[in-house]
Parts: sequence; C-alpha cells; structure tokens
Amino acid sequence: MTAEKSTSAPMALDRADARVKHEAGFGGALRAFLDRVRSGDLGSLPVIVGLVVIWTVFTSLNPVFVSSSNLVNLLFDCSTVGVIALGIVCVLMVGEIDLSVGSISGFASAMVGTLWVNQGWPVALAILAALAFGALIGSLYALLFNRLGMPSFVSTLAGLLAVLGMQLYILGSTGSINLPYGSALVDFGQLMVMPKWVSYTLAAIPGLALLISGLRTFARRRAANLSAPSVTGLVVRVAVITVGLELIVAYLNQSRGIPWMFGLFVGLVVAMNYALTRTKWGRSMTAVGGNREAARRAGIKVRAIYLSAFALCSLFAALGGVLAAARLASASQQAGTGDVNLNAIAAAVIGGTSLFGGRGSAYSALLGIIVIQSIASGLTLLDLSSSLRYMITGAVLAIAVIVDSLARRSRASHGRA
Amino acid sequence: MSESPERSASAGELVLSLRGISKNFGAVSALTDIDFDVHAGEVVALVGDNGAGKSTLVKILAGVHQPSAGTINFRGKPVTLPDPRAALTLGIATVFQDLALCENLDVVANIFLGNELSPLRLDEVAMEMRAWTLLNELSARIPSVREAVASLSGGQRQTVAIARSLLLEPKLILLDEPTAALGVAQTAEVLNLIDRVRARGLGVVMISHNMEDVRAVADRIVVLRLGRNNGIFEPDASNQDLVSAITGASNNAVSRRVERLRMERDHSGSAQAGE
Repeated sequence: MTAEKSTSAPMALDRADARVKHEAGFGGALRAFLDRVRSGDLGSLPVIVGLVVIWTVFTSLNPVFVSSSNLVNLLFDCSTVGVIALGIVCVLMVGEIDLSVGSISGFASAMVGTLWVNQGWPVALAILAALAFGALIGSLYALLFNRLGMPSFVSTLAGLLAVLGMQLYILGSTGSINLPYGSALVDFGQLMVMPKWVSYTLAAIPGLALLISGLRTFARRRAANLSAPSVTGLVVRVAVITVGLELIVAYLNQSRGIPWMFGLFVGLVVAMNYALTRTKWGRSMTAVGGNREAARRAGIKVRAIYLSAFALCSLFAALGGVLAAARLASASQQAGTGDVNLNAIAAAVIGGTSLFGGRGSAYSALLGIIVIQSIASGLTLLDLSSSLRYMITGAVLAIAVIVDSLARRSRASHGRA
Repeated sequence: MSESPERSASAGELVLSLRGISKNFGAVSALTDIDFDVHAGEVVALVGDNGAGKSTLVKILAGVHQPSAGTINFRGKPVTLPDPRAALTLGIATVFQDLALCENLDVVANIFLGNELSPLRLDEVAMEMRAWTLLNELSARIPSVREAVASLSGGQRQTVAIARSLLLEPKLILLDEPTAALGVAQTAEVLNLIDRVRARGLGVVMISHNMEDVRAVADRIVVLRLGRNNGIFEPDASNQDLVSAITGASNNAVSRRVERLRMERDHSGSAQAGE
C-alpha cells in the first residue's frame, strides 16, 4: 500500500482499480443513470412515465382533470390511503405482506367514531387508542410469524376477516357514526390547507436540505480521500427540484392550496425514507428482506425487525383509517372495505417497492398513490362506474408487478441485486 | 512461509477449548464427544470427509447451532453461544461456506451489517473509509464498494466475507472452506491473509478439503471422521496417514500407490545392489 502511494499521483481511495470504469462529472452521472436503467435498475422511472401517460390521457379526455382545484382534491384523497401504503412498504421491505390493512383502517375509524362521538372520549385519546390497537394487531401478526412460523399472507388474511367482524360489531345496528362537522379532526380531513407562505417555504426546504447535505458529504469525502460526486450535478438537481416544487405549489395555490393532511403524509414519507436509508434499523430491514439467514448470522435481531415491520404497517393502517374517517366525516361499515386494501398494496408496488423483499423506498408510497388516485379521479370525472375503475386499477397493478419481475430478471442477468 | 518470531511468541494462550461436544439432529449424531483446542497465533486445520461434522462444529462455534452436550471454554471461561451475536461479541468471527452476504446491499453495508457506525445517522463516509482500509490490508481487488454484492465474483465475495470477519477485531476466526471457490492467485492471497491473521496473534480454524492448502498454513491438522475425533497430525504428516485417518481405511488408492512406489523403489534398489 505504501509503495502504491509513493509511486502514483494522489488517487482517491476508491478509484485505485484500473479495470473499473468510473464516470466523472455531470455528463458521467447522466451516462451512469442510463446504464443503470438499461440493466434493469429502474428506480422510480416507470411510475413517472406512467404518471405522465395517465395525466396526458385524462387531460385530453377532460381538461378539468389538471385544474388546480381537482388536483387539491386529489391530494386530500391521496393522503388517507397513502399513509396505509407507507405501512405496506415496511412489510414489503422485509419480504412479507399485510392483507388486512383495509380492515384495520376501517376498525380504527370505527373506534374513533365510537369512543369519541358515542362514548364522549377526548378526540386525541380516541385516536391514540385506535393507533395503539393497530400496533397491537401488527405485533400479533409478528408473534404468529416469529413463534409459529405462520405465513404472513395467511395470518393477515385471517386478520382481514376477524378485524372486519370487530368493526361491524362495534358499529352495531346503526351501521355508521357521523363525526361532527366543525370539529378539528373533520376540518383537518376536509378543509385545512397551508397558508401560502408556509407552502412556499416548505417547498424550498427539500432542495436546501439536499444542497447542504450534498456539500457536506462532498467536503467529507474529499477530506477522507474518497471520490466525490460532481457539485454541478448536485446544483442542477437542487435547482430542478426546488423550481419544480415551487411551480407545483404555485399552481395548487391558485385554488385552495396544499392540504395540511397531505403535508402530514409527505412528512411521514420523508421520515420513513430517512429511517429506511440512514439508520441501522433501515439497513437491517433491507438486509432481512434480502437474505434473512445472512442477516441473522450478522447478529441482527431478525425477530425484532419483523416485529417492527408488522407493527409499523398496522400502525400506519390505523392512522390511515383515522384520516379516512376525518376525510369522510363518518365512520361507517363500508370504511376500509372494497378497494382500500388493494389500492394500498398496489400503490407501494406501482411506486417501485419490490414484492420480493429487500428493495423499495418510502417514496414509492407517495408516487404510487398519486398514480392510483389519478386513475380514480380521472375515471370519476369521466363519469365511469366503479366497475371500470376496478378493472383499470387491476390492470395497472398487474403491469406494475410485471415490470417489477422483468426488471428483477434483467438485474440478475446484469449482475445487480 | 517461514517461522516468524512473533508467531512462536504469541502462540501459547489457549483461546478455545472444547470438551465432549456432541450434536444430534434427531436420530443422527452429527458430532460425538469432540475435543478440540485452538491456541492464540495458531492455525488449526479441520479436515474430514463429507459428513464428518466439520461444518456442524463450525456452526456450533458461530452460535448457529447449539451443542446437545459438552462444554465450550473461550479464553479460559466456560461460555454458551445461544445465537450468532453472542459468538461475535465474545470475539469469534466466522466466514461461512455459503458466504451469508446480502446480495441486495453494497459492499460497505455488508461489511458493517449489524455493526453500523452511529446507528441513528449512519456515517457512510467513515464506513466506506474503514471498508477500503480493511480491503486494502487484504490486498483485495474490489472494483467498487458501492456496487451491490450481486455484481461481484465468487472470489471477491470471499474477500468481502473475510474483511467483514476482521471488522470486529476478533480473537478467533473460523473459515469454512475459504479457498473452495477461488482461483490460483486468489487462493494464494487468502493463504497469505491467513498467515497475516496468525501473525497478529489470532487463533484460526480452517476447514478445507485441499491438503495442499492445509499443509501450506496449518500448524496442526485435526481429523474428524463420522462425527468423532480421529487423530491430530503435524503439517509434515504423510498424505497416506492423513487420508487413512480421514477415510478410516488403510487400504485405498493413496496407500496402494505409496506401497507400489515403495516396492518399485525397493525392487530397483535391490536390483542395483545385485549388479
């Protein structure tokens, strides 16, 4: 090693191997991206392409689709199922599934309705109880999975029915409970939007955070004698993201503005993304999803990881149910039934989280749910019945899974994970 | 491979001592009454036929399996190894035959898996630097530590697995068939590496089918046969003795060839003497 250092010009620690092609600079980053896509490492490319196609089609059929007020409604609708999809991302990361998220969300909304409206509990306490119940159900799945080796799709299928039964039971003969209009919870679900200056400020934050962390990483890598990504590329990315977000916010602010509920959803997505990519817990989740035995031999507490994944998923499902109740201002027997379950799972998969475990991102919940809700909203605007909506959503889910499988095969043949 | 002074100096302290270890899988006894010692600064080769129980023994030491009977003493204290984490914490690192890497994670993530720096805010730069330092110490040729392990060759994966085992500065390293999947140059590298690890005063247990590799680095050769101790040999023991200890038969191809050669030599010798 010392000999290498004395003979060669100063070379970054990770650029010493002459056989490897390293792309440098902004153009290099672009070429590396194209290479990645070609070998099947698609990331969120398919969903963005899909979104463009869907939006173009619906806009050409009915221009109201891209109107600011329709998009604001879209964001309200995204937030409820989107939070549930975020939970699905957690279980998919470890290669498991939760089919009962719809029932859990329905039961959570029923719980809030009963405890708050009928029993007179404070609303915060009722919500906390619903969330605690969600986490408890998830822990039960984890227990069945860890101790009894029960496959998650069976235990959660059983849970789907059992929890739905509990929902019908506590709602009783009335069948639905109306949440009072004018209460904070219902306002949050239906009306509350960010003041304009808040939305513009929040839209500037991601770019700023990216710039600061990018520059810090750059300085640290240079100091550590490692190659650093190009600053030009970083600045371009920051500029594109900031300008893009500000334009979107400006457009949405032409009507009502950004819903606080959507802000909560995006905040949760960002927090989950940090947890999955930048913490030891997230690394362990990915490892367990990729190779459970290897993770165990590396000393990871695999059971605790499964427990956290299932509990988080059900917790998010319960939160999604509470938000849905707020959105509809009611807790009914229909809450959480129908397509909620599959929409949540489809959103995570369409967004690019693999069904096979070990690959995914919190952002897939955000992107995926926007696709799903765009389809729903577009078809509603066209006055098409839900029968057609189900068929089209089903087809989109099938396409997403096909893309996932094909990309996986292509990655395998190109030597990528 | 010469006798380095620090090797004999550091050798001595008993790192690991197994007494009466047995392991049953249902009706099958994979290991019966195994005694096994490893000293600091010593390479012990564990040889035996397929199904002799070598991998089972290594898995017991790694905390993957638990012994049905017997005691494990590590650095003078009796210990139990209920799970892999316990073994790692004690200072027993293992490189498994089926490498146990996560293919969907990159090299750095694999090396640090379970031991990430600053758990709540992963320190990627520090981890990448340490990874490169470890890999360079092994003179490893890894194209990029930011590529997923899926894109690496078998030898490169072996290097990553060994680098990972060294991360926690263990007292004892277990290598299950470390050279089985490697080319000539890479095998030499790994054997060099084993020498280097021994020079640092670590105990090394190496499983191998390759007698040449075993002789190259081992200080002692422990033979297992059908789950039992079947002799301890010096590295200069004859191939015939080793093979008969491994197979349990004194009449086999190797012994017959040795016999034939000896007879031919005797014959030609006596013929020459006769002339």
